[in-house]
Amino acid sequence: MNSTQGNTKVMNRFDVTSRLIAKLNNEEAVIGGIGNTNFDLWAAGHRPQNFYMLGSMGLAFPIALGVALAQPDRRVIALEGDGSLLMQLGALSTIANLRPKNLTVIVMDNGIYQITGAQPTPAAGVADVVAIAAGSGLVNSAWAADEEDFERLVEASLTASEPSLIAVRIDDKPGVGTTRRDPVQIRERFMQGLGVRQPL
Amino acid sequence: MTIVEQQPPPQMSPTERSWHGIVLQTLKRNEVSLVPYVPDRVLTPLINALHADPFFTTFATAREEEAVGIVSGAWMGGRRGAVLMQTSGFATLANVLASLAVPYQIPLIMFVSERGTLGEFNYGQALVCRTMRPVLDSLAIEHHTITRLGELEFIADRSIKQAVTTQAPVALILNPLLTGGKVFDK
Repeated sequence: MNSTQGNTKVMNRFDVTSRLIAKLNNEEAVIGGIGNTNFDLWAAGHRPQNFYMLGSMGLAFPIALGVALAQPDRRVIALEGDGSLLMQLGALSTIANLRPKNLTVIVMDNGIYQITGAQPTPAAGVADVVAIAAGSGLVNSAWAADEEDFERLVEASLTASEPSLIAVRIDDKPGVGTTRRDPVQIRERFMQGLGVRQPL
Repeated sequence: MTIVEQQPPPQMSPTERSWHGIVLQTLKRNEVSLVPYVPDRVLTPLINALHADPFFTTFATAREEEAVGIVSGAWMGGRRGAVLMQTSGFATLANVLASLAVPYQIPLIMFVSERGTLGEFNYGQALVCRTMRPVLDSLAIEHHTITRLGELEFIADRSIKQAVTTQAPVALILNPLLTGGKVFDK
């Protein structure tokens, strides 16, 4: 566990999301949490293996865990905001307990509910996401010190034999794009991207 | 607390033809292998049987909506799941039903052990139970209340098949008439 939040660089969500996508070469599944998290996933370029949430705040990690349990040979990555994660902290222990080898979870932490008017979260300034994750049993948890360190942590997680959590301090910028809010098409395209379905 | 349970008809094997034996076999026959739950006293024999059967991946989650997220992801990845909970747990699900299961057309299979009726001793459970069917009805989610052992297999089997083929959630409410429920004895 590398719990040195104070020394981490403040990065940008769209930039680190784009860096993540550029590292993916094996049809990895990516689950984008609600709001800016999936807006920037969308803006980084749609992939058939992307799933965009339009509600159910806090469920990016559980949905990704489900995909990981269904397809143990595919790497699964979840992108979640700090405010969303606070809604569902118990999910960290569930992941730690099941220890899927193919799951990477990433927290975009700006300490605010950016999309609702940038109000601080209750955790802002008092809680440390990586310490929470490690205390929840996810021992392979770390803050990304800067963009290069983020890329290194992503690469390490893609070959790790246990679940990984990467926390990224981000700025207060809104998402770059806006996901097309068509839930049935999002779900169907995702299932085709995972090889579960063929187009009609 | 004591659990009283409907006795199986004499010609049937007591374990296989118990309500929990029928649920387990019906899940297995329909290839529903991932079963997260938030525990309930009445569901304990089913939970124990699922843990004992290597066909199933079954585990506790911290919240019911977490379990809904897990089985939704699993279904999109090609694996079928079901969530076990009690009535008060269902009451936490309105948001995830309305924003994930229904709009994304996910065949979410829910088994709800019904508290709050037929001998409930906890006023809070009695009240929260009254919110369950209105929430299901408001989203037009298929639901059945199962009271008779002889009807359990038909309802559960057909409901799972309908959920999968129509890509729609279903709630199977296990009534105290079926399970014995949870009764106050002290």
